Amino acid sequence: MGLLSKKDAKLITDPLADNNPITIQVLGICSALAITAELKASIVMAIAVLFVLAMGNVVISLMRNIIPSKIRIIVQLVVVAALVIVVDLVLKAYAYDLSKTLSVFVGLIITNCIIMGRFEAFALANGPWQSFLDGIGNAAGYGIILIIVGFFRELLGSGTLLGYKVLGDPIEKTGVYAFGYENNGFMLLAPMALIVLGIIIWVQRSRNEALIED
Amino acid sequence: MEHLELFFKSIFIDNMVFATFLGMCSYLAVSKKVKTAVGLGAAVIFVLAITVPLNWLLDQYILQPGALAKTLGPEYADYDLSFLSFILFIATIATMVQLVEIVVEKFSPSLYNSLGIFLPLIAVNCAILGGSLFMQSREIPTLGLALTYGVGSGIGWFLAILAIAAIREKIRYSKVPAPLRGLGITFIITGLMAIGFMSFGGMLTGGDEDKGESKTEQAILKKDTVKENEINKLSENGENKTAINQ
Repeated sequence: MGLLSKKDAKLITDPLADNNPITIQVLGICSALAITAELKASIVMAIAVLFVLAMGNVVISLMRNIIPSKIRIIVQLVVVAALVIVVDLVLKAYAYDLSKTLSVFVGLIITNCIIMGRFEAFALANGPWQSFLDGIGNAAGYGIILIIVGFFRELLGSGTLLGYKVLGDPIEKTGVYAFGYENNGFMLLAPMALIVLGIIIWVQRSRNEALIED
Repeated sequence: MEHLELFFKSIFIDNMVFATFLGMCSYLAVSKKVKTAVGLGAAVIFVLAITVPLNWLLDQYILQPGALAKTLGPEYADYDLSFLSFILFIATIATMVQLVEIVVEKFSPSLYNSLGIFLPLIAVNCAILGGSLFMQSREIPTLGLALTYGVGSGIGWFLAILAIAAIREKIRYSKVPAPLRGLGITFIITGLMAIGFMSFGGMLTGGDEDKGESKTEQAILKKDTVKENEINKLSENGENKTAINQ
């Protein structure tokens, strides 16, 4: 890590596991659940949040000394909303089908608690470079969970990954379907996202007992 | 009739928490006690009832393609400002929340004491922005229906947080595996509740869905009944065993 000091590197690696925004800080759950039926949508959502959070953190951190604390929430919301509009227009231009799948959830990045949470907790008190790293780290921690949930839901629910039939063809009975395997359509329904996430939390906390709540 | 249908639909079928997962952050954070959950739930109903109709007016008279022709005259008919909707909606919500806070503090200090601390939380609650965005994407036709939709979704959210808070108060006395305690078990319970709420799905649309959809639903229903049978068998076995032991 020649480029980053030890403290800076910690800003990125901490949120990936032990201080994960979704499973430990309980921020940004809404979108994590609603759009993870496909792996592709999860990846796009993770990238969108990465962009908005890193850029927003930098902007807020640059303005932190001139924002009056009484109206800071409105200022923060306007900054996020502007960035989200950029993301939305880019998605509509280059990935129209995906932007239809994500529907209102792109707009809901604005009220994604991860973003406001990191602004309040970090960007308002730290310089732009640290804030940028913090944004990257937290968005990556969020993205990892999103991708894990998306991976399992798409694999078990429709037997595909990113649209490729990795388990064989369910109609012609090739691959594992030849042995009587069936897709679990239940995984595609919204409630299963919650249960998959609950299981991820279970696994993570049994591996690291310091995280257990009482 | 139209109102009643939309009202019922927004409470049970398109429930904010169980069908679209909106407002999960505050749903998880503020559901440890029934009393605070009721406070937040009431504040959400209140704010949704104000902001959804207000944003409906904004959408109709400023944002929609061609809407400016209604307000400024026919020469503006070509303008399409819909890309501004995020920023305008969230600005309306943030200012309304601030305004409501000031008004409530002035005229009803007792209500302020019970609702007040939750109001700033609500500005960033995705259920509120989600309400307005769904109102826009579902193209709700009249102001009255927008109000019904706002109140209905608010009540749906209120119901959800009340239910989970009550369950969490009780589950503190149960033996939950240590790593699942707190957040994990809450997620799983919410998932199970969401599966329960899915059964409302057929009540209004029964019969007129396209066949592809209903097939998967039937398949799922079959799986459900199979599971239920298994569970019943298991519990019967359990009962038999306990009977033998006695």
